[in-house]
This record gives sequence, C-alpha cells and structure tokens, in this order.
Amino acid sequence: MAETAQRASAEDARPLLTVERLRKHFPAGKTRFRRHTPLVHAVDDVSFTLARGESLGLVGESGCGKTTTGKMLVRLIEPTAGRVVFDDGAGQPTDIATLRGKHLKEFRRHAQIIFQDPYESMNPRRTIFDTIAEPLQVQKIGALPERLDRVTEMLALVGLTPPRTFLFRYPHELSGGQRQRVAIARALIVEPAFVVADEPTSMLDVSVRTGIMRLMSDLAAGLGISYLYITHDLAVARYMCDRIAVMYLGKIVEIGATEEILRSPQHPYTQALLSAVPVPDPTVERPPVTIKGGVARQVDPPARCRFFDRCPLADDSCETNDHPPLEHKGQEQLVACYKA
Amino acid sequence: MAVETAPPPAAPAPTAASLRKVRFALMLRSLRENWGLFVSTRVGMIGLVIILFYLVLALMHPILMNTVWDERIYDPVVGYAFDETRQPAPPSRSHLLGTDPLGRDILSQLMYSARSEFLLGLLAAVVTVTIGTTVGAIAAYYGGVMDTILMRFADIMVMLPGISVLIVLSALIGVEHFELALIIGILSGFGGTAILLKSQALSVVVKPYIEAARAAGGGPVHIIFIHIVPNLLPLSFLFMMFTVTGAIFSEAILSFLGLLDVRMSWGLMIHTTEAAGYLLQVGAYWWLIFPASLSITLLCSSFYLVGRAMDEVINPRLRRL
Amino acid sequence: MSGAPLLAVTDLTVDYHTRAGEVRAVDGVSFTVETGQALGLVGESGCGKSSLALALLRLLPESAQIRQGQVLLEGVDLLALSANDMRAYRWNRIAMVFQSAMNALDPVYRVGDQIIEALEQHPSAVSQDPAERVRELYDLVNLNHNSIDRYPHEYSGGMKQRAIIAMALACRPDLIIADEPTTALDVIVQDRILRELGNIRRELNMSMLYVSHDMAVIAEVSDVVAVMYAGKIVEYGDAAAVFKRPIHPYTRALMSSFPSVTGEKHDLATLSGEPPNPLDLPSGCHFHPRCPFATDVCKEQAPPTVRRGTQWADCWNPPGDEADG
Repeated sequence: MAETAQRASAEDARPLLTVERLRKHFPAGKTRFRRHTPLVHAVDDVSFTLARGESLGLVGESGCGKTTTGKMLVRLIEPTAGRVVFDDGAGQPTDIATLRGKHLKEFRRHAQIIFQDPYESMNPRRTIFDTIAEPLQVQKIGALPERLDRVTEMLALVGLTPPRTFLFRYPHELSGGQRQRVAIARALIVEPAFVVADEPTSMLDVSVRTGIMRLMSDLAAGLGISYLYITHDLAVARYMCDRIAVMYLGKIVEIGATEEILRSPQHPYTQALLSAVPVPDPTVERPPVTIKGGVARQVDPPARCRFFDRCPLADDSCETNDHPPLEHKGQEQLVACYKA
Repeated sequence: MAVETAPPPAAPAPTAASLRKVRFALMLRSLRENWGLFVSTRVGMIGLVIILFYLVLALMHPILMNTVWDERIYDPVVGYAFDETRQPAPPSRSHLLGTDPLGRDILSQLMYSARSEFLLGLLAAVVTVTIGTTVGAIAAYYGGVMDTILMRFADIMVMLPGISVLIVLSALIGVEHFELALIIGILSGFGGTAILLKSQALSVVVKPYIEAARAAGGGPVHIIFIHIVPNLLPLSFLFMMFTVTGAIFSEAILSFLGLLDVRMSWGLMIHTTEAAGYLLQVGAYWWLIFPASLSITLLCSSFYLVGRAMDEVINPRLRRL
Repeated sequence: MSGAPLLAVTDLTVDYHTRAGEVRAVDGVSFTVETGQALGLVGESGCGKSSLALALLRLLPESAQIRQGQVLLEGVDLLALSANDMRAYRWNRIAMVFQSAMNALDPVYRVGDQIIEALEQHPSAVSQDPAERVRELYDLVNLNHNSIDRYPHEYSGGMKQRAIIAMALACRPDLIIADEPTTALDVIVQDRILRELGNIRRELNMSMLYVSHDMAVIAEVSDVVAVMYAGKIVEYGDAAAVFKRPIHPYTRALMSSFPSVTGEKHDLATLSGEPPNPLDLPSGCHFHPRCPFATDVCKEQAPPTVRRGTQWADCWNPPGDEADG
C-alpha cells in the first residue's frame, strides 16, 4: 500500500510528509472504575503522502476525523499510534510524533496551521502586529525592527494594504476576510514548508471567500508550500487541491487526483457526498442521494467496513470481512470498498 | 533598542522606538474609552468620589500633625485632650468629632486609620489577585493532576471559616495590618478567587488562538502570561475591588474583637468605645460610634460600587445601549 | 397568480440603535409571496436578510425598530396587530425555522412533549388529539416514532432540525420562514432536509420564505429569488431567469464566484473589497465601490430599476444596455 500511495506524488522522489497508519483513539466519557474503556476511534489507521508543493484535500462530514488528522500533523494532538515522517530535504527525515523540546519547537517553523474561525483564532487583546509576529517572537527570530519589517512585508503579501494602517489595529476592527488574511500571514511568516488549512473559508462570505482561496493558491505556488486542506465542501476542494482524500469515520475511503474523483467517484460514500452537493442552477434536478441513515457510531466500532450500516451495496461479505484496504479498482484512485 | 540607520526613510516607517510610542498611544486610547464607559455608569463615580474623599483624609493627617495639630493633644494613640474637662467630650471647635473615652481626638484617629485601611485593602487585593490569576491560569492550562491539586486546595481554602481562622491565628501570633493583608490575600487568592478565575481561564484556554500560539512554538509560560492572564485581567481587577471591601470589613471585625495588634483602626475605635461601656448609649455618645462605623460602611461600599461599575465596563452585555 | 398574494411586504424599513449611531438594516424593502410559492432571499452576512425575516415575525430585538412599511398577510397588516394578536399569528399562520433553532429545544423536556406543548398553546389550529398529531408530524418529516419520547441530547443535529420543522408545521401554517435552517448541517443531511421540506411544501401547498447565504441552496429551494445587498433588494425574479441571466453585477459576481463540483472547472471571479459598513454606506448605488462596471453616476445617484419580464434589478449599467443614458 505504501508503494502505491507514493506513486501518486510521482516526480518528487521523496514526499515531504509520509503518514503511516496514524491513529487517534479518545476515551469516551469518564473511564475510571470500568474494566474496559470505550474508545472513540477518531482517526483509525490513516496513511497517505504529501509531496512538496502539493495540496491534498481532506474531505468529509463533521466528526469524520479530518480535523484531528490535521492537528496531529502539526502536533497539536498526540497520535495514539503511527508515524508522521517529515522530510524537507534539508535534514534527516524525522518522525514528528516523537519530537520533544527544542526539536519540536524547531519543527514548528516548518509546519503551521490556519484555523476555521477568523474571530476566535486571534487574541482580541493583541494588535495585528503582535498577532502576526508571534511565531517570530516565540522562535526568537530577529530583533524588533526586523520583525516589524517582516510583518509589514507579510501584510502586503496577503493583500492588506497599505500595511502600516493595519499594524496596530485590533482584530475586532477587521472584517472576517481581513482577519483570515492576518491568520494566513501569521502562519506563513516563518516560511513553513507545510500548512494545515482547517476549513479556512467556510465561515466567510461568498464574495470574500474566493479572494482568500486565490490568495492561498497563489502563495502556495509562489512559496512552494504544501497544504493539507481540510474541508467539508467538495467544490472548494476542487479549486484548492491537487488530490483529494475522502474520510469517513476515521478512515480514508477514497484517495486520488481531484478531477479523477469528481468525474468517477468509486466509493459509494464519495458518490453520495458528491450527489448531495447543491447545484447553483434551478433547472438541474439532482438524482436522489442513495445512502441511508445517520452517521454510525465511532465508539468501539466493529471490525467490518465502517460504512456498512449506510451502504446501499453492502452484502454478507462486507459484514464478515474486516474494513476493506485501500486499493486500485480499475481507476487511478485508491478505494476502500469490496464492491466498487 | 534604538535603530541607527544612516538616512531617515522618506516615509516614517515604523521603528522600534515608534513601536513603543504606538503601544503607549493604544493603551491610552483603550484607557480613555474605558474611562468614558466608567463615567457613564454613575455608581462608579459615586464610589470613586468616596474613595477620593478618604484618600484626601488619609493624606491630610501627617500634614495636620506637622502644622496645626499639637502632637500631645492630637496624637491618635497617645494624645490626650487636656483642653477638655470630661472625656469623652462631645464635638467642639477644637475637636470637630469630639474625643474618645481615653481623651483622644476622634477626627485624628479617623484620618490616621484611613491610611492603614487603604494600605491593608490594596495589599490584600494585590496578593489575592496575583495568586488567584496565576493559580487559575495554571490550573486551566495544565488541567489534569495540576488542576485537581490546585482546585482541591482551593476547596479547602473556601471551606475554612475565614473569620474564625483569623481569630485563631491572631491569638497564636501577633497579627498586624501587614500580616492580616497577607493572610486574607492568600486565603482568597488560593480559594474562591482562584476558582472563579479558573472557570474564566477555561473559556480562554479552548480558544483557537491558544492552539495557534502552540503551533507557533509558544511554551506554557508564553501562553499563560501572554494569552491567558491578559484575558483574565479585567475580571481580576473586579475581584480586587471586592477583596478590598472584604479586607476592610474583616479588619473591622477583628479589631472590634480586640484581636489585632494594630495601633489604631476604625474597628479599634469601636472596640475602645465598647470596652469603656459606651456602645449601647449611641444616642448620647453618637460621636463615639458613627464616624468610625460610617467610614467602614462607606469605604467598603465605595470599592464595591467601583467594582460593579467595572463589571459593566468589562461585560458588554451589562452595558446600556 | 390569481387574487391577492399571501404575503405582501411594502417599503419595510428597520433601524438598529447602536452606540455608534443608527444603522439601517432593512431599507425600504417590498416583495410579495404567492400561495404555495417559495421565495429565496439570498445575501451575505450583514445584508439585513435575517433582520427582514425577524421583522416579518415581529421578533426583532429591542434595539431594533421598524421605521415604516407594511406586512400584509392576506390583507391583515401584521405590524398593526396588538402583541397578543400577533402571538396568535405566529405558529398558527406563520411559522419559523431558524439556524439557532437547533438550540431552541429545551434540554430537560422530551421532544414530543415540547411539540405537544406548542400545539396546546394554539388549540384553535388543530382539533385532533395532540399525541396523534405529533406522530403524524414525525411521519411528515421522516422521524422515527420511537424518538418522540427521547430528549434533545439524544437527537443528532439533523434530527433536531427535523423536529424543529415538525414543530413549525404543527399548526398547519400558511407561511414558513426558514433562516439558514441547514447551515450547520452536513451536506448529506442538508440534502435530505431540503428534499423533505420541498415535498411537505408541495403536499400542503405552503408558502415559504427561505433565507440563506448559499446560492446553490437557494437555487434548489426557490421558485422566486430576491438578492439582498446592504439592506436593499437589488435583484428579484423567477429563480430560473435570475440564475440564467442575472442582471445585477452583484448577482453575477456571486454566481461566478461560486465553486461547483459539476461541469467544467471555470475560473472563480473575485469581488474586490469588503461588504459595506452599515454605519457608513457608500453613496449612490451601495455596490459601486466593488462593482467592475461602476461609472460616475453610480457614485452619485441611487440606481433606477431595470425590468426584463418579471425580473428586475436596481442598476445603472445592466448588461447589454451600455448605450443607455
């Protein structure tokens, strides 16, 4: 499976990030005084690679584990098991799951995160300058005058011009779109190789959203940044991502090139997800979504296919076998389904 | 951190020096805004006027002692009103609030005590808030064992009957204003204040900007003191005001019971009255009771009013549109 | 289109008092909703669409005031009713489903009991046994009967939203006002709720005012579309016409900036600038600072209404009319 996953990132020999069998299990509720601790399988055996400069979309419904995965990649959440090998080409490939102390701090220069909520992701009591300069401050990069220059540069880069009028304002004086630009500036000021973008546009207005999407694409191209772009919106993923990984209940059920997956989705869940996206054309009648029921339980899930309860194709073999492996099914992309 | 570049840039780009100026200006601006809100609350202004009144009294005392008041007559502790024939003497031109059963000038006692009441209240408040904010922030940030230990300790502090503990302590060791302030500060700082500030800190800790700070590489010290504590400060200041009230009140009770080693205080003035047997003759000897008890009430409520007004400034939902 | 419309709103104007001054949230809005029709009201945050919805129900917060206008429901001016009469109209005649409605269920009561309570507050509306009616409503919104006796925390987000819709339908209202009812939900759940809402509406011949920021959702649910910008309706018309040939540059920008999963991948248009500050609205056409077609006249004078059949828009420079003026 590792070889096939690497094939996707064709040219570049060594991927920037190799995620191997990543897991995160949270205890469900209070656990004391119980012999068996029920576990929420938030992320369950997830593997993928991310090439230099590539943008991978992690798509799924709320609670599917996409944000948990993203946060593990920047070590905001400790993985339960698995490896995340980071290789920026400069040093030795390192498993970031084991980093501590100054090595972890050093790694944080290379991996940053942009959050969904532009209102809550900055301290209301700190100026825009303080907010953007924070990574420099904690990493002790440059003296104050240089930081000022850097922040001014970044503000111009993210389109907040003239920069000096923004430096000493407070977040509440900015609109949602402007704040998200500040958040991007803060993430990119340490020149990371890799950025996790956790639904950065989902709380923005339509007319502002495309501006942010374009800015992020342009910056990625210009600075050679790789994104893990987390979104629930396949349409947004289409514009932001080279490849898409569809997650369902902690598992990647389909992964491959974006247009490939949108043109011919193989997994029944991907198909359902695609057919449920509303179309901005009143004359189009979408076919009905075929899957049933609500999201199945994540607490101690049975060994069979996670999608079994809702799958229109499921039969006995799906019930008795383990969760299917990701493999090719006559198409370019990898699919985890016995029936596809 | 002066920047010495040869030619000054054409447009005045921000430099480190101007940065400090800008920060100062921003601080002034926010102070001005908050002051405007504070003024509009009215109760806060009433409180502030009372506080200023007592502050002036406290500051006037040493001046009067050095100028118009004879030390032998007007010393609040060892003075004696030779000019009066009977003690306690009712108010007169030379003793505006009369004298106490031991022949000491009441106004002088009142003014002298005001200073120590202020020092006591403010010291207790600073200790409380410093401890409470730090403990609350640490408990909320670390959670787990650290949280459990600090909060159980806080529970014990809350469960201790404050006044009784102070009585026992003052019986065991000599307690003066300074010690009293420390004890009150520690009891409340590790106790109720810590619990309340921790619950506020919990709402800060879950904010994405805390995660952003972690992702930037910020350690616990950075996050606690740059992100959590500043967001607790408004609430901390509020508790400071309430602690002042509590401290002055406790002092009054302990002094009244004669348990403190203080030279003079409003509570002690009432204690003296009581010890001499005048307490129940309020009508005939009102000047022995009212100045001190009214002062205690006024100063306590003034800090409380300021606290309430600050609550309105901090808490936009309480503001009138 | 025979007879008077079910709902006729004329010149509705809503102001908010804020510390910074008066803010005009809804600025002289007029529209009608026919019986059985679904009007989609689309706009970005702060454009006044939610204030408009609340004003129709007279549920605006205290800081807001309806300055002028009429809201006629079958000829009765809702704004002139006494508070008591208005309460009788809510639920009975006009029901509402809000985005925050998911939190409107009281956590300490069973969901079914809450619907029964709502029914009992309006005994005139439904004569049958309330418990029977609840089961009927649960069928209508595709909820299982055994969840009637459950508590809100046992419901998923989609189930809660369906229960809220059931509650809104309880008294067989003529008009349902839905303000972003699916915004917090996942696409598959959203799809199911939109389909159910559509079916129920057709079945009961109910009218709907659907408020959303999402062009695609609006396209799916509405017969008629109204686009709002800075407190005004800037374009109005049949959904098919508006989506096929939008007149107003704002509508066009919204559509071309909307990413789609189907069809060719087209370049997304980017609107420059930010939505206007309601305290300091641009002069003339409020959209002119962001409009690629703006001319001098747009900065100075409010735009005229351009008509194309039943579709209209307020614009100085509509497409294909460059020679105008």
